[in-house]
Amino acid sequence: MERFLSFAKKELLHILRDKRTMLLLLGMPIAQIVLFGFAISTEVGNTKVAILDLARDEASRRIERDLDASRYFEVVAHLEDAAEVEPLFRRGKASLVVVFQDGFRESLLRDGSAEIQLIADATDPNTATVFLQYATSVATAYARENQPPAAAPVGIVPQVRLLYNPQLKGAYNFVPGVLGMMMLLVCAMMTSISIVRERETGTMEVLLVSPVRPIFVILAKMAPYFLLSCVNLATVLLVSVFVLDVPVAGSLPALVLVSFVYILLALALGLLISTIAATQVAAMLVSGMAFMLPVILLSGMMFPVESMPAALQWISNAIPARWYIAAVKDVMIKGLGFQSVAKELAILSGMTVFFVAVALKNFKTRLE
Amino acid sequence: MILRYLLEKEFKQIFRNRFLPRIIFAFPCVALLVFPLAANFEVRDIRLCLVDHDRSHASSRLVRKIAASGYFKLSRQAPDHRSALSSVESDESDMVLQIPPGFGRDLVGTGTSRVTISANSVDGVKGGIGSAYLSGVVAGFADEIRQEIHPEPAGAGPGRIETVPRLRFNPHLRYESMMVPALMVMLLTMICGFLPALNIVSEKEKGTIEQINVTPVGKSTFILSKLLPYWLIGLLVMSIGLVIARLVYGLVPLGSLGTIYLFACLYILAISGFGLAISNHSNTMQQAMFVMFFFVMVFNLMSGLFTPVSSMPEWAQATTRINPLSYFIEAMRCVYLKGSGFRDLQPQFLALCACALVMNGWAVLSYRKTT
Repeated sequence: MERFLSFAKKELLHILRDKRTMLLLLGMPIAQIVLFGFAISTEVGNTKVAILDLARDEASRRIERDLDASRYFEVVAHLEDAAEVEPLFRRGKASLVVVFQDGFRESLLRDGSAEIQLIADATDPNTATVFLQYATSVATAYARENQPPAAAPVGIVPQVRLLYNPQLKGAYNFVPGVLGMMMLLVCAMMTSISIVRERETGTMEVLLVSPVRPIFVILAKMAPYFLLSCVNLATVLLVSVFVLDVPVAGSLPALVLVSFVYILLALALGLLISTIAATQVAAMLVSGMAFMLPVILLSGMMFPVESMPAALQWISNAIPARWYIAAVKDVMIKGLGFQSVAKELAILSGMTVFFVAVALKNFKTRLE
Repeated sequence: MILRYLLEKEFKQIFRNRFLPRIIFAFPCVALLVFPLAANFEVRDIRLCLVDHDRSHASSRLVRKIAASGYFKLSRQAPDHRSALSSVESDESDMVLQIPPGFGRDLVGTGTSRVTISANSVDGVKGGIGSAYLSGVVAGFADEIRQEIHPEPAGAGPGRIETVPRLRFNPHLRYESMMVPALMVMLLTMICGFLPALNIVSEKEKGTIEQINVTPVGKSTFILSKLLPYWLIGLLVMSIGLVIARLVYGLVPLGSLGTIYLFACLYILAISGFGLAISNHSNTMQQAMFVMFFFVMVFNLMSGLFTPVSSMPEWAQATTRINPLSYFIEAMRCVYLKGSGFRDLQPQFLALCACALVMNGWAVLSYRKTT
């Protein structure tokens, strides 16, 4: 035990003395969470609108004012001619052009109905769908206001409740995602690199001939990263609760337990990579390309797993981060307890055991 | 002249490496085949849990209309709101539609009625779009009923405004059309950003940089010799990307290929210069990797690649002005989908020029021959 501790101390000193890397390891998750949490929102807002008003009457001007006043739109240009629409779109100056035909108000009064053309830049399909809906509702709101009260309106008022995340904040998605990614980065990548570097520089030999059993050499390498990850977990949670207002709605012990299992899993992965990769660059590329990208893309951190084709959904089952992120979302945001994450916990534990077994089988205590 | 030898050395180093050439070729192929499938915000097959307290003719008609809309899948019928919410909690459903008692009666009698839509919006996109779709279907249903109660000729209701949407540039609302051009930018960032970032620092770790430092090779020559190989590799990756986009996704740029390559040339210079600068400032490959990873994540997520720039707060929109990715992504999408020409994209071009100059200037200045 004493030997083990002195080895762990050596590793810890290694990390602590490299001030820059330490700063990166501890500062990066905070910077990312704060940045993404505040900056990224999937709510569609401030869409740039250009107005092509051929009517120039009271009604068209009023609708234009309503659009500009709404927080979803920002009127940026007034066009004179339909020929100006195309160049405007091509230069990306506006995403929506609202066209009022000549005699807009008259036809509204005379025939009881009028037409507004909404020309949308549909390059981004979701955004276009949403802002078209907003623009339509601004126009119909105006129409309803100006209806004679006698006409009986037939309508269904949908009361929309956005559960868990009423402001559609990106932070709710990013806190679990960044946690899932950082743990992998810190544990898997750092452990694998530090083991491989020891081999590259030749100092591994010194460690392996010491009286400490090889397995403890490796465990001692992992211990400081485990500690570091726990610090990261704590800071990320504190920042998300106190700075981003993303609460831990469910049981904190459940969250911590799942995180511990996930950290262990990431460490096991790091060990596995170190047995495969021969050089530091290879270790980085393997952990970078084979782990980070699938995590970012397939774990549900950015993109909903359900909209992926079946084959990718199937692959995503094999990605540990997917289960971790799902569990964190359940506990942190939906406010659920232990029972709800039992499945994720079981899967993550199973994966950990598997990775440890494979890594130990591949681990060579002899130098060729 | 000396540049030629330096370049020869760089190319030999790249092609004698076991990993690098494979990654340079395989990565773009795999990425462009898999990413667009995964990077999909398309919302479909929303699982809807129904709480129907009314059980009238009108409510079952509404449900049929929702099912026929194609966006929704009825996952469950729940007896009350509580059990519906628990089905959202256990992730069996994404949304709950609650129809209150007397829904049909009110609708025909007083003309107004209400429904409650509760959407799981942990994932903001899905929650937002899903509830917008459902509100749309409900509004359409209300229109239908109105027509039946007041059978006036269409549009003759007093003061109705008809909005006619026209979807330009991506009329079928295909997600790939928007993602594939932008993903090529991401690919270039990964390959032409990470490899240079690891390059100089790996020479530092191995000690081979000393051998260069003692030669009369100038700073700019040295940086140029590191830059040019990635420039060529980047253009190659870009070409692979263009071919895959054509063959697999049937995407052909409406604008000119020349514009695309012009922007790519500048962009690769900018991002490789950035990588080299990071490499100069790092002591170990680990550090370089981390710093680069951080910036690539930030560049990617805050460039408008996945979420629209216009929905960011002011200060975050300001940061996109120093983000080379956002200019190139905008340019790629404009050329591919809108057929924008060089003249339309001049502001983006000038901004990228500035980025390339600053980053490479920084790379040259931060390279020190003394330790």
